[in-house]
Amino acid sequence: MASVPRSFLLLSIIPTILILCADFACCNTGRKTGDGLDTDFSGFSVPLEHSFQVDDVSRFRMRGALQLRGGRETSVSLSQSQLSEEDRNTLKVGEEVAAVDGLYKIRVPRVSLTDRQTERQMDGYLTAFVRACSLVESHLSDVITLHTDVSGYLIGVSIVTIPGACRGTEVEDEVDLEAFNTTLTIIAPTNAPQPETALFIERMDIEHEKRGKPQEQKSFFAKYWMYIVPLVLFLMMSGAQDQSGGGAANGGGR
Amino acid sequence: MYPPSLVVTFTKKSSVKMAKLTSLFVISLSFFCISEAVFEDQVGKFDWRQQYVGKTLFAHFESNTQSSKKMFVATDKNIFASFNSRTGDLLWRHVDKTGPEGSIDILLLHGQDALMVVGDGRLLRSWDTNIGGLNWEAVLDTGSFQAACFVAIQDTVKLVAVLKKAALSLHYLSNGHQKWVENLPDSDAVQYQAVYSGGEEEVYVLGVVPNSHLTIIAYSLEDGEIIKQRSVEASWLSSVESSCVVVGQGVLMCVDPATLALYTLPIQAEETPEFSQILLQSLDLEVSPGFQPVLVSSQPHPARSPLSEFFLQLGPDHHVLLQLNADGYTIAPLRDFQPAFLVSFATTGKKTVAAVMTPKNETACAINLFSVDSGRRLLDTTVLFPLELNGGKPHALYVHAFLKKDDSVGYRVLVQTQDHALTFIQQPGRVVWTREEALADVVTMEMVDLPLTGTQAELEGEFGKKADGLFPMVLKRLSSQVTLLQAWLAHLWKLFYEARKPRGQVKNEVTIETLSRDEFNLQKMMVMVTASGKLFGIDSKSGSILWKHYLENVQPNAAFKLIVQRTTAHFPHPPQCTLLIKDKDTGLATLHVFNPIFGRKSHIALPALPRPILQSLLLPVIDQDYAKVLLLVDDQYKVTAFPSTKNVLQQLQEMASSIFFYLIRSDQGNLSGFRLRKDLSTERIWEVVLPTEVQKIVAVKGKRPNEHVHSQGRVMGDRSVLYKYLNPNLLAVVTESTDTHPERAFVGVFLVDGVTGRIIHEAVQRKARGPVHFVHSENWVVYEYWNTKSRRNEFSVLELFEGTELYNSTVFSSLDRPHLPQVLQQTYIFPSPITTMEATLTEKGITSRHLLVGLPSGAILSLPKMFLDPRRPEVVTEHSREENLIPYAPEMPIRTEWFINYNQTVARVKGIYTAPSGLESTCLVVAYGLDIYQTRVYPSKQFDVLKDDYDYVLISSVLFALFFATMISKRLAQVKLLNRAWR
Repeated sequence: MASVPRSFLLLSIIPTILILCADFACCNTGRKTGDGLDTDFSGFSVPLEHSFQVDDVSRFRMRGALQLRGGRETSVSLSQSQLSEEDRNTLKVGEEVAAVDGLYKIRVPRVSLTDRQTERQMDGYLTAFVRACSLVESHLSDVITLHTDVSGYLIGVSIVTIPGACRGTEVEDEVDLEAFNTTLTIIAPTNAPQPETALFIERMDIEHEKRGKPQEQKSFFAKYWMYIVPLVLFLMMSGAQDQSGGGAANGGGR
Repeated sequence: MYPPSLVVTFTKKSSVKMAKLTSLFVISLSFFCISEAVFEDQVGKFDWRQQYVGKTLFAHFESNTQSSKKMFVATDKNIFASFNSRTGDLLWRHVDKTGPEGSIDILLLHGQDALMVVGDGRLLRSWDTNIGGLNWEAVLDTGSFQAACFVAIQDTVKLVAVLKKAALSLHYLSNGHQKWVENLPDSDAVQYQAVYSGGEEEVYVLGVVPNSHLTIIAYSLEDGEIIKQRSVEASWLSSVESSCVVVGQGVLMCVDPATLALYTLPIQAEETPEFSQILLQSLDLEVSPGFQPVLVSSQPHPARSPLSEFFLQLGPDHHVLLQLNADGYTIAPLRDFQPAFLVSFATTGKKTVAAVMTPKNETACAINLFSVDSGRRLLDTTVLFPLELNGGKPHALYVHAFLKKDDSVGYRVLVQTQDHALTFIQQPGRVVWTREEALADVVTMEMVDLPLTGTQAELEGEFGKKADGLFPMVLKRLSSQVTLLQAWLAHLWKLFYEARKPRGQVKNEVTIETLSRDEFNLQKMMVMVTASGKLFGIDSKSGSILWKHYLENVQPNAAFKLIVQRTTAHFPHPPQCTLLIKDKDTGLATLHVFNPIFGRKSHIALPALPRPILQSLLLPVIDQDYAKVLLLVDDQYKVTAFPSTKNVLQQLQEMASSIFFYLIRSDQGNLSGFRLRKDLSTERIWEVVLPTEVQKIVAVKGKRPNEHVHSQGRVMGDRSVLYKYLNPNLLAVVTESTDTHPERAFVGVFLVDGVTGRIIHEAVQRKARGPVHFVHSENWVVYEYWNTKSRRNEFSVLELFEGTELYNSTVFSSLDRPHLPQVLQQTYIFPSPITTMEATLTEKGITSRHLLVGLPSGAILSLPKMFLDPRRPEVVTEHSREENLIPYAPEMPIRTEWFINYNQTVARVKGIYTAPSGLESTCLVVAYGLDIYQTRVYPSKQFDVLKDDYDYVLISSVLFALFFATMISKRLAQVKLLNRAWR
């Protein structure tokens, strides 16, 4: 665990890098790359191993090499060779004895994409599996996804085949089992959203503006002046009349 | 009660206007969301609350008169409370902070004042015992608390002395002001452990340098001046606290287990004193091998010196009453008590008595009073304390003695047992009340359906059995129909009979015999597991404890997991629960299998578990007795099945390749998946590692296995369907960053498939830290965290959708779901911290979901899930209105009518348990913490129940009126027709 202080230091730069990564969500479809672009100093390669034994004992063998490039644009590619005759047979056997549900497992070593130098590699592997029958039935078309955490460590790997079902269909053509048809993706964690206060306030303001004028409460007088003025006038008129004939009326002992 | 139809019409009207009045939307929401509040006449109808205090550390009785009713306890849950000693009800209760900050160091009682030192000598408090109000509070100087005692000046208690590690302070009892504080000399070397005052002008502090000497310092009460300081050679003494007491006229009495001797020393002696030794052998006393002898003395009044009589405990059940003679260094034995579990002194007026508890027989203990002066037994003072079969042993004895009218001593006694229960007994042996204080710390619980009544069970049995011919079948059917008719008539008769009685008198006493399932399965058995290792069966309707079972030898730090292996549905097999008790240090586990209805232990052969258990999982596989199979994985990844009959093992072999499980090692950040092999060994098939340098796993939650989701998708505004991603194997893993800097701290949320180990979603909430509370259910995860930047609590909701098309609509398999789901997420501000969270659960999952949120205030908020919906639109559109989506607002409201427990707050709520009832609309809720609160919630209102105040008379009279009106008009019409025909 000597890499602790290093990763702490790096954490301060990482967020910016990772935001970019998340947007980029890099995926290099890594089919038969091998185009020797290893000149990039930050690129490095880790082995991708697989195991498909019928007898449940994992014996991992080399399947290919993953070219990982950390830094600003995390990307990954895979160079892998064709399956040997022997391997094909084992796989086929694995499919024929689908009753025992043979598993096809892959593993990659735990590495960090951002740690430049040594200590990239930690002890242990990340493992994933898929049913051997579905791999055969999909003619070796698999999707491998690598997951990293915030600081660029590989934390998990997953493999699925498309289609994923085991229907028990026979794979006739040997050629279909020669080469992998792999889609490779690397996924960094997405940033969870924060409460959208700014947008909400903005929206509220717009709403306010829209209704700004009709909403303005007129005063009571402003609203009903057309009724009040005649009434007042009428009252005044009648009051004047009263005053003139008031004395007589009051005299009547009302 | 307003009619609901009115509310609905209003909602529709308001929704028309909404396009224009968007900001008013928030206000009209109140009509959208069904009001949850309880009506006044419903209070206590469906809910109950029980309040607890925890394990008693100190207990005192009010005054020594026969009529006094109050007693005071201070507990390990940092609670100071008062009980009514006649009923056992709480008079008042003060709940302090949890943890060491609020821990009660000592409770002293004098007259109307209760003195308390809190938080390892942080605060000195004085309470008014009449009303439970705080008289005053004084902040003490730093230093850890050692001892405290009352100090009297001229026969009246006016001061309290508090001894800390390096200082002694005196405070006035009336106002808490400090009279003086003095630093203790040489406090680095000397451990000061006791303070003593016998009503003189001095206060004495006793300290010890272990295995070297004893230090006695006398301080003047007036100004804190050191009057004298003595050092006494005592190479055998290691602790004053545990081995010394003060008896008689200021004589320090110590016991040394090594030399088996008593040592006496006059504290107040002028010249340099020395310990005088009295060998226990010379008194014909013998200490049980391996037992540390204990001294018990009594100082009835702080203004006078202690009694010269004292108890010496020589073995677990051996006590001796001894007397220090007037010369100060010879001892006379008064009485030998063997066997005697517990002893206690009690004083009333001028008389002091000793209460001694002795075992009587298997089911009871006897308590007797003895005169302290002579050691003679007082006549007619025997009280029997019943020992329960599966209860704890007596642990402490608190005696309330009083003088009767004829001047004889009467007493009541409070017995505390190991299972934290308090029992109050009155002469001549009547149990006045019992408080099960173990329930203050419920760890886990389950709700189990009650069994059917005899007749119902018989009917069930009829269907269960195989047919043995047509004729017997018909006979059996007829007979069961007759029994049903009988039961129905009896029920009718009972209804009629009870209806005549006034309401208050009808009181259904729930006993274990009369337990039976009600019509809608609303009454259930709550099986509660407490930290002390005591199990309870509580009737959910009334809250009465129907059975209890104390498991001895449970370590205080044990982890519990309660599993229902067989429900009540498999008559005649009894229901079966299994409690997995795991020692946290060693990881070794034991199983306790019992019947959850009666609490009885089952006599089933238990598997031997010699290795630490890592994981337990309940399979849907059932054995021939309908018990679900429990798999236990040990640290070598070997699997033990329970029950492990041949049938089960065969089934397991057949299914082995489709049984997957996961293990999580949070200390290594490791999540790994395993598959079962035919020989019950396992194969590791996937592994995900979250580096512990970056983040640590704080919690993992799967979904509840008994959860049903009724609707596969959501109908959107354009009439297309958005299908939910309903993966039953999905795990929500929550992590917290190791970096706690507010700018860099984060909370990680990982959704991992528990079968394939595939990371379905990985999100990081930046500038956030825990404690994280979360709920994982259906296709959503709701979590709550603290935003370090904005300094507020926030709620975030994640929902997973497959999209508008289902990959495989018939069956879900984690192995065949290649496409990742769409993940929607939204975050809201929540204006309160929370302590726990759970989602409501109903039988078929049709009713809308609510989140039940426990707040630190003790309120339980029922928050509609509708508010936590990531599809809440920022801008209202025609579609979103069609879908009834509430427009997004960043702040989550807290409405007081959403508090399901109105004013019945649940102190320190720790967990909420939800269970479905037989009614789709109703979910049973139990909130536990210090208190236990049970209620029902109706997230979509009671759509399948008629209201309480439903007017049966009106509706039936209308029906009858209509019926007769039809008859009459028909008749009239006939007559008219006939007349017309004649015409």
